[in-house]
Amino acid sequence: MISRSSKDKIIRFIFFGIATFSILIISFIFLFLFSRAYPAIEEFGTGLLSNDWSVARREFGLFPALYGSVFVAVGALFVSVPLGLGAAIYLSEIASNRVRMILKPMIELLAGIPSIVYGFIGAILLGRFLYDTYNMRGVNSFFAAMLVLGVMALPIIISLSDDAMKSVPKDMKDASLALGATKWQTIRNVTIPGAISGISSAVIMGMGRAIGETMAVMLIIGSVMRMPVPFFDIFDTGHTLTALIAVQMGESHGIIINVLFTAGVMLFTIVAIMSIISDILQTRTKQKYEGKR
Amino acid sequence: MLAKIREFIKDETKCERIDLPENTKMRVQDFDLWYDDTQALKSVDMDVEEYKVTAIIGPSGCGKSTLIRSLNRMNDTIPSVRTEGKVWLDGYNVYDEVTDCVDIRRKVGMVFQKPNPFPFSIEDNVFYGCEVNGMDMDKEKKVKKCLKDAALWEEVNDRLDENALSLSGGQQQRLCIARALATEPEVILMDEPCSALDPIATAKIEDLIDELKNHYTVVIVTHNMQQAARVSDYTAYMYLGELIEFGDTTQIFENPQENSTEKYITGRFG
Repeated sequence: MISRSSKDKIIRFIFFGIATFSILIISFIFLFLFSRAYPAIEEFGTGLLSNDWSVARREFGLFPALYGSVFVAVGALFVSVPLGLGAAIYLSEIASNRVRMILKPMIELLAGIPSIVYGFIGAILLGRFLYDTYNMRGVNSFFAAMLVLGVMALPIIISLSDDAMKSVPKDMKDASLALGATKWQTIRNVTIPGAISGISSAVIMGMGRAIGETMAVMLIIGSVMRMPVPFFDIFDTGHTLTALIAVQMGESHGIIINVLFTAGVMLFTIVAIMSIISDILQTRTKQKYEGKR
Repeated sequence: MLAKIREFIKDETKCERIDLPENTKMRVQDFDLWYDDTQALKSVDMDVEEYKVTAIIGPSGCGKSTLIRSLNRMNDTIPSVRTEGKVWLDGYNVYDEVTDCVDIRRKVGMVFQKPNPFPFSIEDNVFYGCEVNGMDMDKEKKVKKCLKDAALWEEVNDRLDENALSLSGGQQQRLCIARALATEPEVILMDEPCSALDPIATAKIEDLIDELKNHYTVVIVTHNMQQAARVSDYTAYMYLGELIEFGDTTQIFENPQENSTEKYITGRFG
């Protein structure tokens, strides 16, 4: 018979081991990523941030892909934030329980659709439609990618924003209504500000999804390694970091592999920055509700 | 433009109305309320007299909070609630189709069981009701007046821009009262306003209620019988969703007519 305190110790030890192990694995991924990227950084330096990409001339400017990743993700937000926030407000504040019980799982189901399916629909249906109807330059464009990524980011934005708004205490909403505020005034003045950290982190998660998305984007964006001209032309084609890695990986060797790893480092950095911002927002609101300023 | 549409939609002359006796501010008439299939209020009849304090007492789950929330239609926020019967305010039916909840709640303010200030500054909390109701007034003056009326001014006048959640529980509750006063209501509903407070904070709120009844009609739900006896002019005793007895507070406490009332106030159950 083991004593209770040593049992506790063993359990603590096991969980400590598990936690350490997962952290170790992640650290090794970091290390590996950076170490494989390093030769390229050493050789090309800031050249990696230039606009020129040519395998023949050994120029590996990743900027068009970096720009494309951010551009397409920001564009996707213009689709997913208004739609997502609107749907979340409806779900959490307006819909009856029954409607909510049907809609919420359906929306979450959307998140489970494989991204290649979105990409396929985007390329075959949307791209084709845009090309035929609006006389576009080609089937592929940032615009089509933004629409598809916007829809792909919807479930995460709706679901997390809905949770955030649901978690604003009913006390507070009641207080507002009892003071003669209308439902809409209450949503605008109490519910949304109260849930703003959750909503912002939902938006950031959605953006992370858009930046990290590969398959769908690869099929629609055009995979052309140059800047759109002019740089804000959403109907031009381009590239993203993820698509670049996927497209080039199979036929690359030597230093190009290291360049692709650098693209990975860039992606990793963007996503890390976003999750730090999301963390800061969370803590801020928590402090607000605890009475600190 | 919006105001015009509002005027057009809301035709107050169509609202059902009766003449209430003088001094009667509100009347609850044959009022039933269900949560889904559970009946929480059973044909309640009660009058609320103007510039008096009416207390509602009774054991937990007797429907006293449900009743007070019916007076300003706060139960509308709960989807499963269904009501029958009428509540009159100045002779107008609160539950009439054409009645706007927003107007009712502006006239009938409410203070909740748990202090629930918004996570805004103290002054923004007080001014919130004025802002959402589009009342155009000097914010500074208004805030000062309401805080004074709620006996909180002395304690917070040097930190009006601080987050309201940094106040103590008792201060927060008085802030909620100040906030309710800001929309210039005629009736103030208090749903166990002291249950989360210590005795000193409770005494302050009770003093405040005494002050308030000079200008407002007050309805208070309390599970504390001494408190009902101290602050109220009229007392209603409820049990299992029914209003068992209603009358002068002195009469209810000294000479209850119903057996159940007597048992409750002498502490034999509840």
